[in-house]
Amino acid sequence: MLREELLEILEKDSRIPVQEMAIMLGKPAADIENEMKAMEQEKVICGYHTMINWDKTNQERVTALIEVKVVPQRDEGFDKIARRIYEFEEVSSVFLMSGPFDLMVIVEGHTMKEVALFVRERLAVLENVNGTATCFVLKKYKDNGIFMESRKKDERMIVSL
Amino acid sequence: MKNYLNPVICDIKPSGIRRFFDIAAEMDDVISLGVGEPDFDTPWSIRETAIYTLEQGKTVYTANAGLKELRQEISKYVYRKYHLTYDPIHQILVTVGGSEAIDLALRAMIVPGDEVLIPEPSYVSYIPCVIMAGGVPVNIPLTSENSFKLMAEDIEKHITDKTKAIVFPFPNNPTGSIMTLEDLQPVAEVIRKHDLFVISDEIYAELSYGDKPHVSIASLPDMAERTLVINGFSKAFSMTGWRLGYAMGPEELVRQMIKIHQFAIMCAPTTSQYAAVEALRNCDAKVDAMRREYNRRRRYVLSRLQAMGLTCFEPEGAFYVFPSIQSLHMTSEEFCSSLLYDQKVAVVPGDAFGEHGEGFVRISYAYSMEELKTALDRIEKFVQGL
Repeated sequence: MLREELLEILEKDSRIPVQEMAIMLGKPAADIENEMKAMEQEKVICGYHTMINWDKTNQERVTALIEVKVVPQRDEGFDKIARRIYEFEEVSSVFLMSGPFDLMVIVEGHTMKEVALFVRERLAVLENVNGTATCFVLKKYKDNGIFMESRKKDERMIVSL
Repeated sequence: MKNYLNPVICDIKPSGIRRFFDIAAEMDDVISLGVGEPDFDTPWSIRETAIYTLEQGKTVYTANAGLKELRQEISKYVYRKYHLTYDPIHQILVTVGGSEAIDLALRAMIVPGDEVLIPEPSYVSYIPCVIMAGGVPVNIPLTSENSFKLMAEDIEKHITDKTKAIVFPFPNNPTGSIMTLEDLQPVAEVIRKHDLFVISDEIYAELSYGDKPHVSIASLPDMAERTLVINGFSKAFSMTGWRLGYAMGPEELVRQMIKIHQFAIMCAPTTSQYAAVEALRNCDAKVDAMRREYNRRRRYVLSRLQAMGLTCFEPEGAFYVFPSIQSLHMTSEEFCSSLLYDQKVAVVPGDAFGEHGEGFVRISYAYSMEELKTALDRIEKFVQGL
């Protein structure tokens, strides 16, 4: 249970000091530290990233979701071709999917032109890639469980009994 | 013109700290830890269900006792959660919040002069409701030495031949105290022995943080026949504004309560009732997640208060901590107004919940960790500056 509850906390905020989590969970700090280390080693925890709303910065950023149809290979299945794709730095996520296409490739670029170039020159031309459909993200409403717009104010009365 | 007002109502004091709240509401940058309602939004599936039924035009009265579908779900829910068995047709009434159920129960039972035992400190509406029903409220002081639990001998001390019923408010607002099965057994024995009726306000039942889930006093042997259980959606499902509660008890009592409800209220809000069906069917996981979050905040707030040197027993229910401020040599109200003026933090003086709450303050943790931290930093600064 400690593991599940730690993950519940960390998934929302990975910057809470160990000491504070120990208090919140009623466990010694050493236990929290050990559990976090164990999860890091087991790759249960794969990183502590920062959610950034790039729209609020001066940096141009575009995200594209690219549906990719591929030919699976003998002995290798989809893994080999997936690797050919996910090794590109431009690619932030690759998922093997059920449904009408095989791989969902998420690409982040500075401009649409840059992403288009990547698809045309790198992705579509790969052997065993049968086809691609590129969908650009127009607006992010919610990402990784976070609302991108700030939410309403606390409207509760200041005191109620 | 003749004085046309009812002296019984005129004599009921409005909450004595109203003035203090009004000041707090006018100040800028006040951080309040004074709220008695959850900070979470109602889970979206519940809200979405309400929207859908509105779109479908389900906007007419329901049966007086509430939608049959909802009463059936309540019956299943309380069996699943607390092993309580109630017939949805004859023993369950859907009310406008738990508050209405308290009022109905007292009005259905009290004849002038009947005494009703009320543990104190506790929620502010019991005493006025008893008075408005023509009864006589008799306070039973709860003490921090007993972790604000109700002791069998304290009940016995206050019983007279006029005692009819006892209000049983656990998990408790404002103390956060709970009654475990072991705590309940001797109490139930006294209640059976003296043939008392119990009005058990279990609105905070889902917010219990011990190893074991909440135990209803009605689940003890031979208690269901002499207990009215009151619960609702406000705290567990974060649905305060929907105004929806329910009462469950012996058929003969529920029948009389339905009569008052029928003539005074007609029925609880229809939209809320449909939404509540969704809450009971599909929201256990969301309630569990809220409870875990409250529990983390509870431990955090308690540890911060103790680190400041304030004596505080560990509350195991609701979303309040109730630290003692006696070591600071000020009254609860002095503490609260100084804290408000000095550090702009609003908490509730314990005496708002009856004179036996004096010497304590109620701090709510129905706030985000961020808000709790800021507020507790300010309280710490205040306490250290004294």
